[in-house]
Amino acid sequence: MYKYLLRRTLISVPVLAGISAVLFTILALAPGDPFEELATNPNVPAEVRMNLRAKFGLDDPLPVRYARWVVSMMRGDWGFSFVSRVNVDTLILQRLPATLVVLGSALLLAILIAIPIGTYSALRPYSIFDQVATTLAFIGFSLPTFFTGLLFILLFSIHLDWLPFIYRADISATGWRWYWEHVRQAIMPVAVLGLFQAASMTRFMRASVLDIVRLDYVNTARAKGLSEATTLVKHVVRNALIPVVTLVALQVPNIFGGAIVTEQIFRVPGIGSLLIASILANDTPVVMAVTFIFSCLVVVSNLAADLLYGWLDPRISYR
Amino acid sequence: MEERELRTLIGAVKAGTLSRRRFVQMMVGLGLTAPLAAQMLASAGVARAETKWTFNPTKRGGGGLVKTLWWQAPTLLNPHFANGTKDQDACRILYEPLGAYDPDGNIVPVLAAEVPGLQNGQVAKDGLSVTWRLKKNVQWHDGKPFTADDVVFNWEYVMDPATSAVTVGQYRDITRIDKVDSHTVKLVFKSPMPFWAAAFCGPTGMIIPKHLFQAFKGDKSREAPTNVKPVGTGPYRFVDFKPGDIVRGELNPTYHVPNRPFFDQIEMKGGGDAPSAARAVLQTGEFDYAWNMQVEDEQLKRWEQGGKGRADIVSGGNIEHIQLNTTDPWTEVDGEKSSIKTKHPVLSDPAVRQALNVLVDRGSIQEEIYGRTGIATANFLNAPSRFVSKNTKWVFNVDKANQILEAAGWKRGADGIRAKDGKKLKFVYQTSVNAPRQKTQQIVKQACAKAGIDLDLKAVTASVYFSSDPANPDTYSHFYTDLQMFTTTMTQPDPQRFMDQFTSWEVSAKDNKFALTNKTRWRNEEYDRTWKAAETEMDPVKRAALFVKMNDLVIQNIVVIPVVFRPRVAAISNRMRDVVQSGWDGDFWALAYWSKQT
Repeated sequence: MYKYLLRRTLISVPVLAGISAVLFTILALAPGDPFEELATNPNVPAEVRMNLRAKFGLDDPLPVRYARWVVSMMRGDWGFSFVSRVNVDTLILQRLPATLVVLGSALLLAILIAIPIGTYSALRPYSIFDQVATTLAFIGFSLPTFFTGLLFILLFSIHLDWLPFIYRADISATGWRWYWEHVRQAIMPVAVLGLFQAASMTRFMRASVLDIVRLDYVNTARAKGLSEATTLVKHVVRNALIPVVTLVALQVPNIFGGAIVTEQIFRVPGIGSLLIASILANDTPVVMAVTFIFSCLVVVSNLAADLLYGWLDPRISYR
Repeated sequence: MEERELRTLIGAVKAGTLSRRRFVQMMVGLGLTAPLAAQMLASAGVARAETKWTFNPTKRGGGGLVKTLWWQAPTLLNPHFANGTKDQDACRILYEPLGAYDPDGNIVPVLAAEVPGLQNGQVAKDGLSVTWRLKKNVQWHDGKPFTADDVVFNWEYVMDPATSAVTVGQYRDITRIDKVDSHTVKLVFKSPMPFWAAAFCGPTGMIIPKHLFQAFKGDKSREAPTNVKPVGTGPYRFVDFKPGDIVRGELNPTYHVPNRPFFDQIEMKGGGDAPSAARAVLQTGEFDYAWNMQVEDEQLKRWEQGGKGRADIVSGGNIEHIQLNTTDPWTEVDGEKSSIKTKHPVLSDPAVRQALNVLVDRGSIQEEIYGRTGIATANFLNAPSRFVSKNTKWVFNVDKANQILEAAGWKRGADGIRAKDGKKLKFVYQTSVNAPRQKTQQIVKQACAKAGIDLDLKAVTASVYFSSDPANPDTYSHFYTDLQMFTTTMTQPDPQRFMDQFTSWEVSAKDNKFALTNKTRWRNEEYDRTWKAAETEMDPVKRAALFVKMNDLVIQNIVVIPVVFRPRVAAISNRMRDVVQSGWDGDFWALAYWSKQT
């Protein structure tokens, strides 16, 4: 087991190095320039821009820039943003809480919806409930988040005027009001992301329960006089969760991807909106750092999924 | 318009037969800036009309929280590094300049005790120096006094090349700054300076404290902790800043204007897109103010009907215009196209330029695309249609275009496209990807087709088109096509730097990495001479006449075809009071005077 973990970790080092090289090259080849706005302003002399480019090392050849990035990264220095001139790690740490709150709540919401509905659908396949749940699930994962997001804004903010659609991480209220304001503004982004994930998760859960509920050991459990609830919770759902858990682990990077769009729509000051703003501003150090974190997430969550699978299902061995 | 006529008009303002505002508007119509017009009036001894505030409180604060929304988020809070108006505006909450520009272009003292002028002797007759007297009893937010040392330091800070301050363009004409006493400074210029207010006024004039920045001048400028936690003199003091997201401030209890500001806290949230920002003010009322509403006028009008807010439109210096290439974009000379060693094979014929000029249907473009947010214009500089200069006016007339071309010998071929000596009237017309621009391209293309001119439309992604990458041939500064269209922004109240873009020494070329401003590569000795004369002309009226002449030269030679003048649009809640926008300064130029009905 530990040997396996070690081997996988060692393999991920060259993988990440490769990813970073590709990312860096693509970013360097992409057109655009962080000092674009200065270029269109007739009051800013061209020398200032040239000076800034030289100062931030943008005029050096690509391999030199990449080598510099790798070396400082090794030393734990993430560089600084060309646009705000603030250190990249500070920027990311500022944005992390909002993303984690929204994504965490969305994931929780998805699990709370998907597990009961998926299980109930599987226990009564092709019933009215199952048909309705299936239809809704299909609609749910067919609608992209940017569309449902805008739909929610139109309905709940503009027509009904119930919820704010601009997310503010700094709310000056105190006590209960502070919590209430936070909950109110988080409802829409969390619902958009959570429902989207819940849709596909419900389908996985249903399929998984459907497979297990027919197995002999479930009948054995019932036959030996266990209550229906115990059978369901301890024997069916628990085993059915194995594939679902690995799927969720594998989906974590996708969830971050979905969050990018949602954060932009609701102006949630999270990692996703930081990434979009940095891409638009050609702020290479920040784009590089955020995309690199995302690729680390992919590698790590793949590893986590593999390990979880073995932990949940002892029949699987690692070699 | 000649100098003599200008003097007659000024006389009329003095005698009271012409209103001050009307005069400023007329000058703007001639392609001048309002600050220049204000300077002319000041030199003739016409008193400035002060902005009137409807709400005059008897104590500070009590207004609660004011929420403002910028769809581009502020990224840094050092005014000398500001990447654009969003950063300048964010800085303006906390920092202040010596003087601000009001809607009529007058300088209003902020940190200065009074506005320098020839009358009070603070502007030297020879134009070589200007003396600013500073307001006393101004305190930085940390309690330290604001003095002449701070002003001198800002100039030193900006002028250090290692600092790479983006504001250096406004300060480099100063040779030295003398500290006369603790609250008086004298700026000494290299050459006579007709527009002496470039430094220390408006969005690029904000002053940072010496005691907190002196250790971080030059190479270490990035490391200053006060870059993200500013200590200024402004109406609100710093609470919190998240780059790319939000700036928060709270009432400054020691602010130097009595009984101001009104709000206890201020919030400037950034990010998202313009339409939803407009909705947050006009439809849901979640926010009190939103910046730069680049939204279709039709939508703005619909949302305004809710009665929660309004779109506030003021003139500024933005012009959407079509540039006509003077050089040949299709022949390569010494490794560059559009080289000044070439001449455009077709556009060098003045008849073709004239025909194109009457084929741009500015009326339809205004009506069908921009509405209140784009006003048809014939002047290259800012000109609302009501005040069109009598020297230039726009027409749209396909028949006239046909006549001009026919007379010049351009005959229609079998394919309906005109040609002469084997050269066809076929042009490539480029712009950035942007819905209103693509619609404009279509309108122009259709009209041109009727006159036998074939336009090939090209749209380049904005991030490429406006980039300064010297290796990318699709940027607007390369201008490797026949025609191109974009908005040029006049951010400075004085037109001198802006009019650079038609001088022969500013030609954008490979040698200067396409970094200079003359993109049409038009060169004209008379223009160059006039520009140089304006640079040192101390009489504001004579100088204004020179600018009018430059504008006329550009328009009469059809170097560019102005399309629409784009005013600034902000969304303001109907409960807000005294939110007066100035087209010549940042949105927060008079933030201290904002208030809200409860």
